Amino acid sequence: MTDDTMQPDADGLFGRFGGRFVPETLMPLITDLQAEYDTARKDTEFQRQLAYFQRDYVGRPSPLYYAERLTEHFGGAKIYLKREELNHTGAHKINNCIGQILLAKRMGKTRIIAETGAGMHGVATATVAARFGMPCVVYMGSADIERQQPNVFRMKLLGAEVIPVATGTGTLKDAMNEALRDWVTHIDETFYIIGTVAGPHPYPAMVRDFQAVIGRETRAQILEKEGRLPDSLVACIGGGSNAMGLFHPFLADEAVRMVGVEAGGKGLETGLHAASLSGGVPGVLHGNRTYLLQDEDGQITDAHSISAGLDYPGIGPEHAWLHERGRVEYVSITDDEALEAFQCCCRQEGIIPALESAHALAEVAKRAPTLPGDHLMVVNLSGRGDKDMMSVAQHLGENFQ
Amino acid sequence: MNAAKESPMNDATRLDERFTALEAEKRPALVTYVTAGDPDFETSLEILKGLPAAGADVIELGMPFSDPMADGPTIQKAALRALRGGQNMIRTLEMVHAFRRQESHTPLVLMGYYNPIHRYGVARFLKEAAHAGVDGLIVVDLPPEHDDELCLPAREHGIAFIRLATPTTDSKRLPRVLENASGFLYGVSVNGITGGSAPALQDVERMVGQLRKHSHLPIAVGFGIRTAAQAAAIGRFSDAVVVGSALVEGIESAETRRGAVEAVHGLVRELAAGVGRAGKP
Repeated sequence: MTDDTMQPDADGLFGRFGGRFVPETLMPLITDLQAEYDTARKDTEFQRQLAYFQRDYVGRPSPLYYAERLTEHFGGAKIYLKREELNHTGAHKINNCIGQILLAKRMGKTRIIAETGAGMHGVATATVAARFGMPCVVYMGSADIERQQPNVFRMKLLGAEVIPVATGTGTLKDAMNEALRDWVTHIDETFYIIGTVAGPHPYPAMVRDFQAVIGRETRAQILEKEGRLPDSLVACIGGGSNAMGLFHPFLADEAVRMVGVEAGGKGLETGLHAASLSGGVPGVLHGNRTYLLQDEDGQITDAHSISAGLDYPGIGPEHAWLHERGRVEYVSITDDEALEAFQCCCRQEGIIPALESAHALAEVAKRAPTLPGDHLMVVNLSGRGDKDMMSVAQHLGENFQ
Repeated sequence: MNAAKESPMNDATRLDERFTALEAEKRPALVTYVTAGDPDFETSLEILKGLPAAGADVIELGMPFSDPMADGPTIQKAALRALRGGQNMIRTLEMVHAFRRQESHTPLVLMGYYNPIHRYGVARFLKEAAHAGVDGLIVVDLPPEHDDELCLPAREHGIAFIRLATPTTDSKRLPRVLENASGFLYGVSVNGITGGSAPALQDVERMVGQLRKHSHLPIAVGFGIRTAAQAAAIGRFSDAVVVGSALVEGIESAETRRGAVEAVHGLVRELAAGVGRAGKP
């Protein structure tokens, strides 16, 4: 049997997914990056630095919090929240950015670029770029800039240049296209910090490894609190980095069920969604083969979600592999379901979750009531919802007057 | 020179014949790029059919893709115009068919990204492309690491797989790039996207010289070449000069369909005169 924990292979393939589908200009760069990453991960000094910044700068470990009121509210499974929203910058994104900027420094790169959807990865990248004194350019879809104004301002405060991308649909995929165009044009000095477990090899594996701190901590914390492993893990998925980070350290534990929650937008049947696994087919985009939302001609179609961070027509290749292997169950949650879970979490726990994380909570709302009280369920609360105030108010018909 | 690392094609192809003929004429080839279906199917077909008479020696025809990550704004917009006009892979292959009914000597190369081919199905695509009279493929996001996907199957259909060598392709990397290359080599003159700044002549000449040491294939140079003068200058040391974005801009800025056809053919005539002056020693 293939070992799910030992992927990808030397060519960056998770089964038939992943790979290095990039223009020739970028091949030598990603080969160098891979070599540097392979060295760094075995280098105790690199690991020491990473651990230092994760502890003293990011604020790790993040708590594993017993959500007593949500547990009572749903009346079933015992619910734990992995509090990634308490990290510096308010989401899991910084775990990866710290890792990549340390690599950038090792490689002597002097300029940072990134793409962002909801702006959380952009903010995390701008943050580490400021901390390490490097100029930073963030590409962001013009539609996303509209709905995520507070994050745009945060990035600017942190000294980043935010470049609006109006091509295509003006969302995350277009921002990624533009970041790749920047990268092929400024190869010598530039390090591209990809924000999710996608892109050409080694990014999917590298980002996963930097995010796996979430799952490793969860494992130790639940063993300490409950004396055993959880029965199920639930996380939302756009590209899929917070989910991969939580899931990966548990892949070999067959008794641990895993549920990935895609954005169902207005419903899969409407075609207006961002659920690549449930509503897409395999294809090649942004350097890897994975499930993509596309038409019959192979043109990438628009993703739709209330949550800008899930609004991507693809998904990390390792998720595509785990989907086909049946190791992880992938479901989808609609905008309306996510909004309801968002409000429920605010009122029951006094925690305002990101709209992304609210998708995971909505799946919990469906599952937890059907499960016994001794079922341990860990939900990744991947980010906080401050950035979503305007969108949520708009959808709920409220105003701030 | 090293022994050719590229495996020879079985029969002399249109590409081989064209480059051999031009070698006898002692001038470089003019390679022109337009996107299939830009601005619409009919106009695009008329542009395509008139290219050989205007002076194009080799034709690159773009397969439009929604997310062309190696292209600048000009070719991005061309792809969107074509897609909005209903262009798809079936219609692109139809265009090649229609072109081949009137023109059997000018090589035609399809250029684009992998996903539309992947979606169409590689086997189906290659069978239909060969039948339509496609001579080669340039697929920007398929490096040699993925030769099993399309490059090697294409060869079985007699379709060349044209490789890009870039300023980042160093001597360590080059053998890998050349391993399964056929047709011609496409030297990308600058790091960056299509339609960018003009390359520095001495850098391009050095790159071409480097490629010649390692390959017998004809060497084309592209990216950032816009004028007859540039084409003439680069054509003095290369085997072919590729012009794309400048032609596509002619389509973009034309006010009528007739204007688009005339803009492209007019510039091709100028460029052809340019490469005609670029006699080689």
